[in-house]
Amino acid sequence: MRTARLVLTRLAGIVFAILVIAVINFCLVRAAPGDPAMVIAGQSGSTDEKFLAQVRADYGLDQPYAVQLGTYLKKIVTLDLGYSFRQGRPVSDLILERLGPTLLLTLSAFFISLIGGVVFGALAGLRHGKITDLGISLAALVLYATPVFWLGLMLVLLFSIKLEWLPAFGYADMRAKTFGTVGYALDVLKHLILPALTLAAIYMAAYTRLMRAALIEVAAEDHVKTARAKGLSESAILRGHMLRNASLPVITFAGLQIGALVGGAVVVETVFSWPGLGRLTFDAVTARDYPVLLGLFLVMSILVIAVNLLTDLIHRLVDPRLAVR
Amino acid sequence: MKRRDFHKMLLGTGAALPFLDGLLNGAASAATPDGGLVTIIQPEPPILVLPLNQQTPTGTVGGKIYESLLTFDFDLTPQPQLATSWEVSEDGLTYTFHLVENAKWHDGEPFTAADVVFSCDVMLKEVHPRARANFDRCESITAPDDYTVVFQLKEPFAPFILAFEASSAPIAPKHVYEGTDYRNNPANDKPIGTGPFMLNEWARGSYIHLTAFEDYYVEGQPGLTEIYYKIVPDAASRSVALETGEANLAQWNDIEPFDVQRVAGLPNMELTTKGYEFFSPMAWYELNLRKEPLNDVRFRKAMMYLLDRNFIVDNIVFGLGQVATGPIATTTRFYDGDVPKYEKDVDKAIALLDEMGLAPDGDGVRVKLTYTIPPYGEVMTRIAEFFRQSMAEGGIEITLLSTDMAGWAQAISNWDYDISSNMLYQFGDPALGVARTYISSNIRKGVLFSNTEGYENPKVDELFAKAAVATSDEERQALYSEVQKILVDELPVLWTYEAQYPTIYDSSLKDLIVGATGANGNFAKAHWG
Repeated sequence: MRTARLVLTRLAGIVFAILVIAVINFCLVRAAPGDPAMVIAGQSGSTDEKFLAQVRADYGLDQPYAVQLGTYLKKIVTLDLGYSFRQGRPVSDLILERLGPTLLLTLSAFFISLIGGVVFGALAGLRHGKITDLGISLAALVLYATPVFWLGLMLVLLFSIKLEWLPAFGYADMRAKTFGTVGYALDVLKHLILPALTLAAIYMAAYTRLMRAALIEVAAEDHVKTARAKGLSESAILRGHMLRNASLPVITFAGLQIGALVGGAVVVETVFSWPGLGRLTFDAVTARDYPVLLGLFLVMSILVIAVNLLTDLIHRLVDPRLAVR
Repeated sequence: MKRRDFHKMLLGTGAALPFLDGLLNGAASAATPDGGLVTIIQPEPPILVLPLNQQTPTGTVGGKIYESLLTFDFDLTPQPQLATSWEVSEDGLTYTFHLVENAKWHDGEPFTAADVVFSCDVMLKEVHPRARANFDRCESITAPDDYTVVFQLKEPFAPFILAFEASSAPIAPKHVYEGTDYRNNPANDKPIGTGPFMLNEWARGSYIHLTAFEDYYVEGQPGLTEIYYKIVPDAASRSVALETGEANLAQWNDIEPFDVQRVAGLPNMELTTKGYEFFSPMAWYELNLRKEPLNDVRFRKAMMYLLDRNFIVDNIVFGLGQVATGPIATTTRFYDGDVPKYEKDVDKAIALLDEMGLAPDGDGVRVKLTYTIPPYGEVMTRIAEFFRQSMAEGGIEITLLSTDMAGWAQAISNWDYDISSNMLYQFGDPALGVARTYISSNIRKGVLFSNTEGYENPKVDELFAKAAVATSDEERQALYSEVQKILVDELPVLWTYEAQYPTIYDSSLKDLIVGATGANGNFAKAHWG
């Protein structure tokens, strides 16, 4: 009952938040200098007044701001994301076709980093001060400090150019559709390995450090000492009394991370030519493709809000104290 | 571990199915198995409908799908494409084109003179700024029969023949576009042209796949079965694509200048800088002549004397270009190198600055100016940094401002800058691609690539105007020679270098780069040797 009410108040808040975000987004994209007409002109190498006026009319930029905002909000309410005149396609199509590859990459990276980070962090935390801890902490620190594009390029250099094991970039082989379903899936998987590992590396380092620190802290707490005094086995203490507590900061961080991940990962997508939302966003920003940009912001804010809600629910499952309050 | 072992491990079994094995080993194959070409496109074009969009990458891909009446060889002599022959009347007012009679659109409809009239007289005038300027010169565009088109000019315009290059006047199908809202036509998703290749699939963000058009009007062409344009946004990855054989061709800015020699040196790779003659980009430092002290010719000369422009050619573009002598590129028609020269001479520069009364302050600074860096890649940033360093020698302090495409375009076209750099295509003739930067009638606020520096000289206006309508090449040469001398003496902009682009391709590709539009040509003749 309490949970149901919470969800309802949350939903009302979410609708309000989305509208506020939409208005802020609208103002934000228009605050940047230049407009789509300027960009197309700049990229075409020649232009004239008529052309600029045509593009501006297409985008509705010849209307007053209030009218533009009104049109935009009306479209949001009717779930119409609009049309990209630059690309000659509906925005929803542009976003939807990128959503699959984006989620594939970011979710793979998310789970690799989460699982790897928790395992390595727990190992380091349990062997606190020993050589295992030292090795893992050092590796995590180095990974954490590595620029992601450089790591990506080094992996390409090693696995694609020197060893020729994995493709250097792309989402699938151009002829992959002729390979059959299994062949296609395998081909995508093969293309996924390097970008997913690259993207996972830095987050894995963060999780490792977080998990290790949390575990060391929990180990020193009274309830763990009590459990040990009761004569529980070390593995029971670990499972029942330490891991659950230590995982709370990790879950919080994971919630933040997954929210950021749905927006894509522009650097990794660029290095590996991955057709994700990050690149679409980056291109839309530089091209001032307002409808695409606003559509992306809206979809991302909805996803982030949804993920936050989910994180809260998971928190309450892992930590019953939150539900009682 | 050997590659094969790894594959076995990857599959978790020693008994990999044959097709999986082939799949894993076939990743780095060069040409597509049935005679196609794999290349790179960057940035990804927004759309492929060339009549609606003339960005360079649109021209690269769209140039295979769309055609115009003519094509041009390396010295810009017209060659047949959709027109088999043509005549120009003695007075330079009437252009008559005879069209190929067996050409078809990609949807099977026949191509006729009606398509040409519709494109040049109606659609392009509405949507294509450059074509609009050219075809607005026509009194009438008519089709006396299905395979003849006559362009009647209001007054002679010497370079009119160059208006029939593919990106300048791409012919669009009348039956698809007539009476529609051109830019919102659903057909824009599936471009219909007469070119040797047609769009098969566009996986946005990944690749564009073109396949040979079987009903192409030239017997035995195209020589390639398909072309894949892979979208590779990262420069290092593009080099990797050529190295691993995942692509057979790179053009324009695909490969960073510093990496060109290394990539071109790979086995089986060939490098050419030919095939950009129609564009002949000229780069310069653009000055806002409305501002002090940039409006003083002595100051502009002083800046020129502070520049060692050879440094740009040797160390910034790594030999992909040559130092410019003036406004017209050597590869454009009517170039004249007999103009004043500016070699680096700091003493001369300082003398000019002293003469202007620009005394250095306590820190040795005479003038402070800003420089808006254009967002056209690393080279432009290096060129800006080089400028700042060079100017410091004369006590001119430059503050560099970074921006993106929209911000730069906004600043330059609204004259809200001190100094920037710019690079413009010349389209083969000074009347098409050079005059626009210097004639006062083209000072148009808000319009990029107009006379944005604000240069005004009635004599220059007159010479460019006369040269555009003169019909004899000797007369035009005399007029352009004179205008080049005046401009080089007055320095409305500081020309730096004529840019060249590297086309790097698999040496078994034959007849690939065959004319002045090179990699943006239609590739009908290209084939594997």
